[in-house]
Amino acid sequence: MFALPFVRNALLAGSLIAVASGLLGYFIVLRAQVFAGDALSHVAFTGALAAAAAGIDLRIGLFAATVAMALLFAALGERARADDVTVGVVFAWILGLGVLLLDIFNASSSGGAGIVGARALFGSIFGLSSGEATLAAVVALILIAATLAIARPLLFVSLDPAVAIARGVPARLLGGVFLVLVGADAAEATQAVGALLLLGLLAAPAGAAHRLTANPWTGMALAATLALASVWIGITLSYRVAALPPSSAIVLVAGGFYLIAFAATPRRLAGVLRWMR
Amino acid sequence: MNPSFSINPVSDLNQLLQYPFMVNALQAGTIVAVIAALVGWFVVLRRETFVCHTLSVMSFPGASGAALAGLPLAPGYFLFAVGGALAIAFGSRVGGRRSAMQESAVVGTVGAVALGLGFLFLSLYGGILESVETLLFGSFVGISAGQVQTLLVVAALAAAVLAVIGRPLFYASVDERSANADGVPVRALSVIFLVLLGLAVAAIAQIVGVLLTFALLVAPAATAQLITARVRLSLALALALAVSETWAAMTLSYFTNVALGFAVTTIALALYAVARAVRELRG
Repeated sequence: MFALPFVRNALLAGSLIAVASGLLGYFIVLRAQVFAGDALSHVAFTGALAAAAAGIDLRIGLFAATVAMALLFAALGERARADDVTVGVVFAWILGLGVLLLDIFNASSSGGAGIVGARALFGSIFGLSSGEATLAAVVALILIAATLAIARPLLFVSLDPAVAIARGVPARLLGGVFLVLVGADAAEATQAVGALLLLGLLAAPAGAAHRLTANPWTGMALAATLALASVWIGITLSYRVAALPPSSAIVLVAGGFYLIAFAATPRRLAGVLRWMR
Repeated sequence: MNPSFSINPVSDLNQLLQYPFMVNALQAGTIVAVIAALVGWFVVLRRETFVCHTLSVMSFPGASGAALAGLPLAPGYFLFAVGGALAIAFGSRVGGRRSAMQESAVVGTVGAVALGLGFLFLSLYGGILESVETLLFGSFVGISAGQVQTLLVVAALAAAVLAVIGRPLFYASVDERSANADGVPVRALSVIFLVLLGLAVAAIAQIVGVLLTFALLVAPAATAQLITARVRLSLALALALAVSETWAAMTLSYFTNVALGFAVTTIALALYAVARAVRELRG
């Protein structure tokens, strides 16, 4: 399996995207901003269609759309945390714009839009060329480094905003930078797991990590590890079972991890409470 | 004959209503807007926008799963939407308390798993991906009289349930702690509301697609609640906005051929933006 170049490309890009998404996901869950992450990943779809309609490189459209939307969300909310209702209304319009572009693109090229749309929505990790995989890996590495660099102040500002601001931590700037990182991750992951399924890597491993541990550093490591494991197990399963698309396999494994964490915690919690008495 | 818009409203109306499919579409659109405004008003009040989006996405595995199993699509929609509502209702609590963090995570996970399953069903079914777009961005065209009746039933159900639980639900949504202390069954109400939301969304999404469902539930109610804090007035305003936005968008789409999804969301966003700007300017 590992001798095949397309599997190696998928593993290279998939692993690094998973680690980046796991880390960013930890903060996204901590800040209860999963909806903004979801919206950003759908924005990537409109960006891809816009690029396709304009005839430029898809990746330019992806990154431009998601980063612009991240900045908008940051500008609209207090402390760069747009309210879910605002996110919802803006996000519905972006999808509406996607429909319009789909119409325009469908009229100019017969059937091409369907393929671009489907690829942007569901991804095709086995279809990455080695150049694409390397680029995706490099971008993911940058995202991981940037997330770790702002991890400490971001943690502070997310857990106790009032005290953090009093201590002079730039909450608004950090919130904005964080959303831009999530936007870039959404654009990045769109190529690998698809816009709609990115959510699986963002929400499920981090949600499980938050259920299993209250220690932030352990939690971050756990979220990244679970995301990585989801990608590896998902790719292997999908390689063995031809009918199982890789994006589905990855997300279903990630969901499975969340379910296990969910089932494991009430008992743990009860145990802790008993011990404290 | 191509429809052409004129300044004469009577001729415009005659053109709009000359085909039975448009009459059905306008009827269905009106009922959809009424359900969406009623249920959506509480969605916005409870800040459950993300849940609403995820439940509307449930129609993707619902439809593809039903197609794979060889069943009619409607049961698939309802099954997945209600299942998702229950999963979210029970998953978002940690140690008996509502946790914003876990709610965010569980809703995202449920949505992602649903899409993963939907994609799997679709590839097992061997369907073409074009159908995904109709599913996500559906239109009002091709609605039968039977579907209009189903919608009416769901609308009556939603109105009846909200008439019964509306008052305590409002209390629980605005001030969960006091409501709890006053003996309002907060937890049961939130589960009932989520299931109702699931049913409403499934009924609407079958007809107008995921995108429009979400837009019609959230935007008019959000605009209305920005404009006034008075309960009855903002509820009435949400209804009026949802219905008029739907009519305006259908008219625009009919005369100009602009995609309906784009027309609805653009009008809705524009009104929301105006309401918000006015509010910010007033301070």
